[in-house]
Amino acid sequence: MNYIDGFRNPDVAEQFVRRIAEQGRALSEQGRTVHVMEVCGSHTMAIGRYGIRQLLPENVELISGPGCPVCVTDPGYLDTAIALAGRGAAIVTFGDMIRVPGSVSNLASCRAAGGDVRICYSPSAAVDLAKSMPDREVVFLAVGFETTIAPVVSLVDEALREGVANLSLLTAFKRVPPALHALLADPEIQIDAFLCPAHVSAIIGARAYEPIAAEYRVPCVIAGFEPLDILYGVNGILAQVLKREARVENQYARVVRPEGNRKAQERIAHYLEPVDATWRGMGVIPASGLGLRPEYAAFDAERKFALPVLPGHHHAGCRCGDVIKGKLRPTSCGLFAQVCTPDNPVGPCMVSAEGTCAAYFKYELPEEANLGEGT
Amino acid sequence: MSADTVIQLAHGGGGRLTRELIENMIVPRFGSGPLSGLPDGATLPSPGDRLVFTTDSFVVQPLDFPGGCIGDLAVHGTVNDLSVCGGEPKWLSLALIIEEGLPLTVLGRVLDAVRAAADDCGVTVATGDTKVVARGQGDGLYINTAGIGRAMPEFTLGMERIREGDCVLISGTLADHGMAVLAARQSIDFINGPQSDTGPVHRLVSAVRGLGASVRFMRDPTRGGAATVLNEMVEGRAFGILLKERDLPLAPATRAVSEMLGIDPLHAASEGRLILICAPDVAPEILNRWRALPEGAGAVCLGTVSHDKGRVILETLAGGRRLVDVPRGELLPRIC
Repeated sequence: MNYIDGFRNPDVAEQFVRRIAEQGRALSEQGRTVHVMEVCGSHTMAIGRYGIRQLLPENVELISGPGCPVCVTDPGYLDTAIALAGRGAAIVTFGDMIRVPGSVSNLASCRAAGGDVRICYSPSAAVDLAKSMPDREVVFLAVGFETTIAPVVSLVDEALREGVANLSLLTAFKRVPPALHALLADPEIQIDAFLCPAHVSAIIGARAYEPIAAEYRVPCVIAGFEPLDILYGVNGILAQVLKREARVENQYARVVRPEGNRKAQERIAHYLEPVDATWRGMGVIPASGLGLRPEYAAFDAERKFALPVLPGHHHAGCRCGDVIKGKLRPTSCGLFAQVCTPDNPVGPCMVSAEGTCAAYFKYELPEEANLGEGT
Repeated sequence: MSADTVIQLAHGGGGRLTRELIENMIVPRFGSGPLSGLPDGATLPSPGDRLVFTTDSFVVQPLDFPGGCIGDLAVHGTVNDLSVCGGEPKWLSLALIIEEGLPLTVLGRVLDAVRAAADDCGVTVATGDTKVVARGQGDGLYINTAGIGRAMPEFTLGMERIREGDCVLISGTLADHGMAVLAARQSIDFINGPQSDTGPVHRLVSAVRGLGASVRFMRDPTRGGAATVLNEMVEGRAFGILLKERDLPLAPATRAVSEMLGIDPLHAASEGRLILICAPDVAPEILNRWRALPEGAGAVCLGTVSHDKGRVILETLAGGRRLVDVPRGELLPRIC
């Protein structure tokens, strides 16, 4: 715990807040406002949990990005998962998928109606389950960014090694860099800098952001999830913005290497290949997903059961798509906290433990925080 | 497996095996006092003008967890509910719903724990029931206890008595039970993990007698944790509660597990802690009295009743302020 306490030291936090305020003032004198997108859902949560938004000057705005894997999953994916449960497969999933709305239903309702839907803490639970009931099909809901992808594909490793044939993956893997490209290419979204994810960067490496920083002239600062990490990250971003620089700065060097985790990258490339993927709110982004290579089709639930994931339907009033893109603050959505709450979520951003709307609902004090209206 | 070693359906059938179960397992532990002769109901002397009456069911998994088991938990849970209402615990009922196949040694150990906890709390198991359900229809053992206590006249407690400026006290560390149970689950194996705080609070309640109206309200932060209890107190009120992250009492192992699992310790259960709201002038005295008891050794002031209308707010280590919401969702396993 001493290791963690070092990154939560209140006195050091105060110093960073002061430096951020000074840089904010300098920018303000130049009439500049800085829109910083924190890409990762864990950053969004940490920002809420430590009340960081209120510690920033008015002209430094944190915008939450598309980095919650559950939130960017298309409703059509849930429709297929529910259909698989309807065919008698046991569905194994991380807990936060369970209440994400599909086109008409969700996995929680499916389970209540008799579907076999199980929550796991570790993907290896799916292999154990498949081994324990060899006459039934087990489908693991393989949703996640680069961080999650490596351990999940190790399931295929394990299943091959142990001759488990009744396990498959319904994949909705997503890659972060293509989404950043898509956001910057959208003229409606104003992003001046990225606070880059911690754990995703541990896999893909700091260098993965270099093309983005160079092409779009935005600073990319990789930061950890502790409060001092985040404050230091914002401080580093403002320093670059003031000097009109646009570099990749790795402030999470205690975990992230320039080249990333080669071993994990090799495992991912061995089993998966880039595919076009649909992101809730952002549509299809070319080569932004990863799917199982044809030689592993036996582990691909869509192919195994001939049940392809088709585009689903969203709730009419839900603006999660705009929230995911950073175009809308959750508090500016007409459904927020009125119709849409964690107990009765309309959109995925209110369901997930990393969802932007859930983070705002859970932690933010709207009248005290520097919220603005989005970009 | 024979009837000598595990529970069979016939143990609940009302015949010979049922009688044997009662005579071998229940009577030796609880057969004196009101249960003597096994009447259908207990006849009890009235302990006072006003009674406190409560009931609670216990379905914790696993049955044994670091720091306790379902047996002592079932006593503490009900004793604590009586205590925080200003009741002096007197009698308990004990209803067992046992799954076919439960080893008798496990049942014996749980009943020993019930007896030991009841003795420690000064309560008598006055009546009870035993049912057996088929394999697969229960998780080994469920327990229901109901409790009767004497309402102590010196307490006038109520949420409406809370005032801005009052102190929020807690008798020890937060979240130990919730984290211990999580850590005890098969899938998450910790070495030197957290220990449940399951224990009685009746002595802590007795210790604050005589302080009159300065003691405003008491509650034990069980399911839903301190966050839930505190939010209930301020909901719809003109005041709120302000906590400071640096003052939250957390055992190192509990804190480590909550960090690892990403669970807010304010959302996790205690089963032997007391949260008490009092006027600021009596807070030091209460903390002194509590700290003189083993179960109150870690007592601290958790926060203050503030002007933050209807909300519980945490001043974070980073210096920001954030909302403390009630926990939602179902990710936590059954803990009580």
